[in-house]
Amino acid sequence: MSQAQAVEDHHAHQPTGFLRYLYSTNHKDIGTMYIVYGFVFGLIGFLMSMLIRIELAYPGDGILGGDYHLYNVLITSHGLIMIFFMIMPVFIGGFGNWMVPLMIGAPDMAFPRMNNISFWLLIPSGILLVGSVFIGGGTGVGWTIYAPLSTYGNQGNLAIDCLILAIHLAGASSILGAINFITTIFNMRAPGMTLHRMPLFVWAVLVTAFLLVLSLPVLAGAITMLLTDRNFGTGFFDPALGGDPVLYQHLFWFFGHPEVYILILPGFGIVSHIISTFSRKPIFGYLGMAYAMVAIGFVGFIVWAHHMYTVGMGLDTKAYFIIATMIIAVPTGIKIFSWLATMWGGSIEFRTPMLWAIGFIFLFTVGGVTGVLLANAGIDTAMHDTYFVVAHFHYVLSLGAVFALFGGFYYWIGKMTGYQYPEWAGKLHFWLTLIGVNVTFFPQHFLGMAGMPRRIPDFPDVYAGWNLVSSIGSYITAAGMVVFLYVLYYVFVANRARCPDNPWGEGATTLEWTVSSPPPFHTFEDPPYMGAPARAGH
Amino acid sequence: MTPFLVVAVLVVAVHAAPALAQETVGLPEDWQWGFQPAASPSMEDIHWLYDVFLFPVMMIISAFVLLLMAYILVRYRRAANPNPSGTTHNSLLEVVWTGIPALILIVIAIPSLRLLYDQETLPVAEPDLTIKITGHQWYWSYEYPDYDGLEFDAYILGDDELAEGQPRLLATDTTVVVPVDKYIRLQITSEDVIHAWALPAAGVKMDAVPGRLNEIWMKLEQPGMYYGQCSELCGLNHGYMPIMVEAVSEAEFGTWANEQLASRGSADGAVVTVAQN
Repeated sequence: MSQAQAVEDHHAHQPTGFLRYLYSTNHKDIGTMYIVYGFVFGLIGFLMSMLIRIELAYPGDGILGGDYHLYNVLITSHGLIMIFFMIMPVFIGGFGNWMVPLMIGAPDMAFPRMNNISFWLLIPSGILLVGSVFIGGGTGVGWTIYAPLSTYGNQGNLAIDCLILAIHLAGASSILGAINFITTIFNMRAPGMTLHRMPLFVWAVLVTAFLLVLSLPVLAGAITMLLTDRNFGTGFFDPALGGDPVLYQHLFWFFGHPEVYILILPGFGIVSHIISTFSRKPIFGYLGMAYAMVAIGFVGFIVWAHHMYTVGMGLDTKAYFIIATMIIAVPTGIKIFSWLATMWGGSIEFRTPMLWAIGFIFLFTVGGVTGVLLANAGIDTAMHDTYFVVAHFHYVLSLGAVFALFGGFYYWIGKMTGYQYPEWAGKLHFWLTLIGVNVTFFPQHFLGMAGMPRRIPDFPDVYAGWNLVSSIGSYITAAGMVVFLYVLYYVFVANRARCPDNPWGEGATTLEWTVSSPPPFHTFEDPPYMGAPARAGH
Repeated sequence: MTPFLVVAVLVVAVHAAPALAQETVGLPEDWQWGFQPAASPSMEDIHWLYDVFLFPVMMIISAFVLLLMAYILVRYRRAANPNPSGTTHNSLLEVVWTGIPALILIVIAIPSLRLLYDQETLPVAEPDLTIKITGHQWYWSYEYPDYDGLEFDAYILGDDELAEGQPRLLATDTTVVVPVDKYIRLQITSEDVIHAWALPAAGVKMDAVPGRLNEIWMKLEQPGMYYGQCSELCGLNHGYMPIMVEAVSEAEFGTWANEQLASRGSADGAVVTVAQN
């Protein structure tokens, strides 16, 4: 008895001050740190994108004053920051850490201390990345760090070595996190919660974790070869030493293509929950939805060379990658149609998270169909490395993943903090962002078809019209970000609206809505029983 | 009748515009929202695949999803439908929305593969002309191996060097002259980092990779000036190594080639130095 009490006391113990976070092994605190981290880097990446659009608003030298290298540094850092330091930390480290244990009824992650090191590895990684901007003028080689531009094309530039180490650390962090998620999801589900009863967000994180574990080591190998090519005289990517620059691209995109699904799959999971909650209906075709993600994850590994249609690959190789790439549209279509079918017959309430999810479905469809177009190597000859590609991947990431990310934020912020967001501000943020990003990125399809290349700091005057429209769109998005900052103020500083345990009503059926808002420091110390009736869809 | 009239006016407008622009055919216009007019068989095929298959498919799918979603959002809003249904499965529906997209993809894939093979296979046994293109940081150099010693570099023209009517950031100091309507084999490589040689109106884009000799062909069907830009990030001046190609009649091409060879034969040290570069 006394022993049991001692255990109770131990569990109730909660470190305070900065030690609570520095030493944290608590999935909620670590999740919070990930989200804050992603927010800080998201702001940096967003400001960089604003600088890019201001520079490109008019032909001729703009705000950067003709410093073309600085422009290259901005596009490189914008890409890397948004991918590795914004979307991944918030989706996987943030929402994943917070919600996966809650949704499966586990008391915490399987390896709490590894969870801690996963997060804290990101701090030196972020410092190295931001620091690289200030060393030797920064890295202007693109987020793909293609050899030989990054090897003998930039000999002696310490910034690139910093960047490589930053990606190594971020990759190690993600691999540790992914191992943690896989172990947690396979071993710590509440009794009765079989794999086929898991919430779709947990499925999404599970598939994402497998993609991370399988793809990141390949990236680590590729950038290690870059590092030795740069510093120790090896020639993996140097044709003069028997190497091949295209080898780097194969290795990079073997990681890089699964990476885009790493960025979007957690979004798929979040959108499924939001659609189901605000339609007051279980998700339609739950098993199809879960296995569509598995299929996307699997096929995502065998399509990488569609990023390299113009490197001079063999014809039959290209033919294979066309077919394989187009296959991805099938499971993606299953997801889109299942979301629509979930809403069909539902009782739809247009709260802020739902608006983001609805926006996600349509804009992801637009990004998806341009993806089908780009899959065709013949037509990609015209599109490759033009603004059409920029428009495509911003439709699936900036309008896809980021919409899901904001949807998740508004969906869960009341649960995580105990304070609800202001509905009007959330909706205003949504509409401004929806208009802003579409005005920014839709005209870029036109620019790309007309032939405007990517990654140029100045453009021929014939592209002036749509570039100005695109820049104006980014200013509208910036206005949306100001509203978002107000939302943060309202939630975190003003603390106006208390959030009930379940603010969304009967549609919200996953386990996180059964605990208080905010949840206690430790949840589900006694696992909940998830027996019959089967909660298909949740 | 009216649609035909509109189409006729558009066709006339599209064809009149290049004539006004003094034989500049390979240059987009401001506010353009489609491809540049096709000037080669490859680009004609790209137009065809886009106009006949991809654009309609993209539009129909996007419109279908948008309209269906709009209908659902209105029909099943909470005010109109307070009691949600509990339907979560419909096997037939799930088979249909897996099968139909797969069929659409097959319909796209067949012409797409044809385009790919046509684009990369030179339709004649021997090309009429071969040009070797080498990318450098940050200029292109061109060699015509059929004309021994005909080689030159092409640098961007600064804003103050532009002649009347030349587009900024696209004009170069030397012009790549090719005969119109002839099969031209392009062999593309790089001396330093990866570049990409692109000529949008011709439907040509090929990476210049050090240590590799990539090959592609083109046939420019209209005389005039064509413009392109480097299409692979290659460092500081990536946006400043444009491509300028002029298609002329066979006779004019012969004259140009002879002039070039003659000037190279003269004691012009600069040209010889460049050639050794």
